[in-house]
Amino acid sequence: MAIELKMPALSPTMEEGTLAKWLVKAGDEVKSGDILAEIETDKATMEFEAIDEGTIGEILVAEGTEGVKVGTVIATIKGDDDAAAPAPAAAAPAVEQKAAESEAPAGQDAKAKAAAAIAPKSDAKPAADPELPAGTTMVPTTVREALRDAMAEEMRSDDRVFVMGEEVAEYQGAYKVTQGLLEEFGPQRVIDTPITEYGFAGIGAGAAMGGLRPVIEFMTFNFAMQAIDHIINSAAKTNYMSGGQMRCPIVFRGPNGAASRVGAQHSQNYGPWYASVPGLVVIAPYDSADAKGLLRAAIRSEDPVVFLENELVYGRTFDVPQIDDFVLPIGKARIVRPGKDVTIVSYSIGVGFALEAAEQLAAEGIDAEVIDLRTLRPLDKETVLASLAKTNRMVVAEEGFPVCSIASEIIAICMEEGFDHLDAPVLRVCDEDVPLPYAANLEKLALIDAGKIVAAVRKVCYR
Amino acid sequence: MAKSPRPRATASAAKPAARRAAKPAAAAEPIIASDVAEEAAFALRSLQQAHANNKRYDASDEELLKFYEQMVLIRRFEEKAGQLYGLGLIGGFCHLYIGQEAVAVGLQSALKEGHDSVITGYRDHGHMLAYGIDPKVIMAELTGRGAGISRGKGGSMHMFSTDHKFYGGHGIVGAQVPLGAGLAFAHKYRNDGGVCMAYFGDGASNQGQVYETFNMAALWKLPIIFVVENNGYAMGTAVKRGSAETHFYRRGTAFRIPGMDVNGMDVLEVRQAAEVALEYVRAGNGPVLMELKTYRYRGHSMSDPAKYRSREEVQEMRDNHDPIEGAKAELLKRGVTEDKIKEIDKRIRQVVAESADFAETSPEPDVAELYTDVLVETY
Repeated sequence: MAIELKMPALSPTMEEGTLAKWLVKAGDEVKSGDILAEIETDKATMEFEAIDEGTIGEILVAEGTEGVKVGTVIATIKGDDDAAAPAPAAAAPAVEQKAAESEAPAGQDAKAKAAAAIAPKSDAKPAADPELPAGTTMVPTTVREALRDAMAEEMRSDDRVFVMGEEVAEYQGAYKVTQGLLEEFGPQRVIDTPITEYGFAGIGAGAAMGGLRPVIEFMTFNFAMQAIDHIINSAAKTNYMSGGQMRCPIVFRGPNGAASRVGAQHSQNYGPWYASVPGLVVIAPYDSADAKGLLRAAIRSEDPVVFLENELVYGRTFDVPQIDDFVLPIGKARIVRPGKDVTIVSYSIGVGFALEAAEQLAAEGIDAEVIDLRTLRPLDKETVLASLAKTNRMVVAEEGFPVCSIASEIIAICMEEGFDHLDAPVLRVCDEDVPLPYAANLEKLALIDAGKIVAAVRKVCYR
Repeated sequence: MAKSPRPRATASAAKPAARRAAKPAAAAEPIIASDVAEEAAFALRSLQQAHANNKRYDASDEELLKFYEQMVLIRRFEEKAGQLYGLGLIGGFCHLYIGQEAVAVGLQSALKEGHDSVITGYRDHGHMLAYGIDPKVIMAELTGRGAGISRGKGGSMHMFSTDHKFYGGHGIVGAQVPLGAGLAFAHKYRNDGGVCMAYFGDGASNQGQVYETFNMAALWKLPIIFVVENNGYAMGTAVKRGSAETHFYRRGTAFRIPGMDVNGMDVLEVRQAAEVALEYVRAGNGPVLMELKTYRYRGHSMSDPAKYRSREEVQEMRDNHDPIEGAKAELLKRGVTEDKIKEIDKRIRQVVAESADFAETSPEPDVAELYTDVLVETY
């Protein structure tokens, strides 16, 4: 019986990929370690290696095919004694990942399924920004590309802007957010650092004090804990301590929050940490347009900005308005779905879950308004309170720990300034109060999802 | 075909292994190791050698008078600050530079003020005065007044003057080292020919971020001079109790940063060392690590009784190594009159008295200042 070769998952978040090239054809003898094909993920082109010996039977997916789902059978290998040999107990061959990724390699269908379960369903998208001029051309763009475009455009218009971090230049970004920047701007402005977060965060802050506009990429914000002294003590406090004389216009950016199946040390939302510090601006966008417009605003800002991205939404596509100087205001929340019965406040990946929940609730006759905070500091209280005054009920959805969270802050604001408008206690839907577990089932239980938001909304609506 | 993003083995790592494989291991290895060490040692000691060959700066009388004046200004200023602290006019932490004056004056006199950057830790008054910043606004900052250089919102440890390219004044021990490398990065990025001088102490030398910075500064050949002001004590911990390698100038060796061991109690030796280091750095060779052996006469801060050292030790430094007395003796030997020196002393006393008056009489910050300067922009 033939061995089936399946489309491998080559990153923790990969759901599908392009079969770029076959390096073997039917009838070829292969042995363990031979490279069979090249597969493009959204991050990189990877080599797909054989681990079994035999003869290639059939090529089932032609080279150049895009959107091949993880787990699809792409070819078969005939064993030495194909006619007689029984199938091995574990028929699906494992694959090996040749290119080094920053994350642990994934290789099983179950993992890809888990990733799919964590990511919000992509059919629920934010409503178009009402402030855009009518007739604006919209270009479908991934969040990853939008972030790259924002940096590239700011680098073109301001030669003080440079990008620094681990693997940002020659590797093209650990998550490919800086793809192509080295080629366009050269090694003077796109700078690979050693693995030394504390050091390069400090060098970035010093360069900002010296008049440049650094964009410092952390491979993930988990690693920025090594550098948090410079983010807080050097960047955030300088303007105040100097009586407004010395500024630190710097952007610290990178993926934040839970990724997929990478365990507790690589899965934390630092939004509440940074949002608690006066002197910082903290931005956490959800869709591509906000990612682009707000990153450009962040780079232009005279203040230090912590710009929190999310790995799970990097590959998602949203419309970005085709406007030359598309820059969005910092500190303004956005109503991404208008509604009248209840308000769901969220940010970053939580917005996707909130929109998905709102669709389910609509089917039950509950019309939910969804607010994307976009900026966590300064927080747009006015938009939150105005919505509360309209709906009188609120749920805060946050992919992060519940204790001392952005949700806690929103609830405090509602108590202090919106008490008379409350028809029910504000509820928070956050991750469970545990370090994020690795096992797929436990991870799923620990994280927020649309169902948990729906349940909370029913509660505040007394349904 | 996409290249494998990480090469499996670098050429440099592969070569010695191949060589070892070709020859009997026991014979080959020591030869290679000593070759490498010798080469490294040559480059790393070259600046020290240049300094040893010509130790003291050949100052004109006028220059030496200027150095003397600046050192006296720092001494009298700090004595006054100590006095105002005792009267309750200065709060919090206050770290005095008394005894270390020759370091800031000798080094910074070699810099181009307003062009080259200076950054230091919390013991920052002396470096500011040596860079020509008005004593009045420094003293007014110490007393927490609105006219202070940071509008009274920074205090002793947090003072800045971007006009002078003095970038603080940083309270977190060692943080100024990568920040200084960032300033050097900016000089290099703009190709403006500027150099950053980043001061830190023997205590800060044990912070990990210092070595992260050494690595990048050497890797990218940043124009920076790392200055360890070794005053013998990290707060109350004597160097030998806190440092496995007490020769701080050697601590750049692992990063191929040349070191210089300098007597920080003689302003002319300090200045000459600065000349050697600056020539090297300005030529684009990357960083230099200087260790300045110095001594603080006072405690770590005003609240430090300094029980960790003997009176005799302090007195010995004061009597035999004082940088100001040393400069004065040299001036007299050169034939500068006692009157001329007295005239400087008198003038400086006047300047310091005026700064203290200003600091005592100017008003506290307006209460509205509480909320200003948190962010630059309004969102």
